[in-house]
Amino acid sequence: MENRLRVLRATRAWSQADLADRLEVSRQSVNAIETGKYDPSLPLAFRIAELFALPIEEVFVSPSRRSSGAI
Amino acid sequence: MAHSTAWKRYNWRLIWLSLSYAIFLIAAVYGFKHQLVPNGLRYFVAVLPALPIIGIFGAIGRYLVEEQDEYVRMLMVRQVLWASAFSLSLATVWGFLDNFELVGHADGYWIVIAWFFGLGLGGLYNKLTLGESGC
Repeated sequence: MENRLRVLRATRAWSQADLADRLEVSRQSVNAIETGKYDPSLPLAFRIAELFALPIEEVFVSPSRRSSGAI
Repeated sequence: MAHSTAWKRYNWRLIWLSLSYAIFLIAAVYGFKHQLVPNGLRYFVAVLPALPIIGIFGAIGRYLVEEQDEYVRMLMVRQVLWASAFSLSLATVWGFLDNFELVGHADGYWIVIAWFFGLGLGGLYNKLTLGESGC
C-alpha cells in the first residue's frame, strides 16, 4: 500500500529510527512500511496518522481508489 | 527501538533451554551407558532430553504472543511456516524413499533438526524478499 510516510517524516526531519521510537516499533518496521513492503494493521496505521495529526487517508493511499484512478 | 523486551526474554529462554538440553542429554547417555537408570525410570530418563526441545517450541510460541512489534512478529511467523513446510516435506519424501528401501532409516529426531534448519531458511527468505527490513 502506497503511503506518504517518507515525505511526512522528512518534513519533520525525523530519521527512521526517530519515527520508530515515537511509534514504539522497530526501525525495520518503519522501513518496511515506507517502502510498501508491509501494510500495517489498522491500529498501527491509526497510530501513525495520529502522530502526524492527519486523517488516515492523507497518510495511506487507498488501493481501491488508486486502482480506479481516483487518485 | 533496539531489540524488544520480548526478544530478550526469548533469547534468555533459549539459553536456559539449550543448557538444560545439554545437561539432560549428557545425564541420560551417561545413565544408560553405565546402567544407572532404574527400570521404572527408563522411559522418563530417555524422554528427558526431549523436554527442553519441546520447551523451545513453547518459547517460540510465547515470543509470538509477547512480541508487540507486529512486523517483527510477522517475520518470525514466516520463518516458522518455512521451517514447518521444509521439515514436513523432507520427512514425507524421506518416508517414501525409506519405504521403497532407497535410503537408510533415519531417527525421528532428525525432523527437529530439519525444522531448525528450516527456521534459518525462513530467515534467509525474509532477507532476500524484504531486503534491509527483512532481518
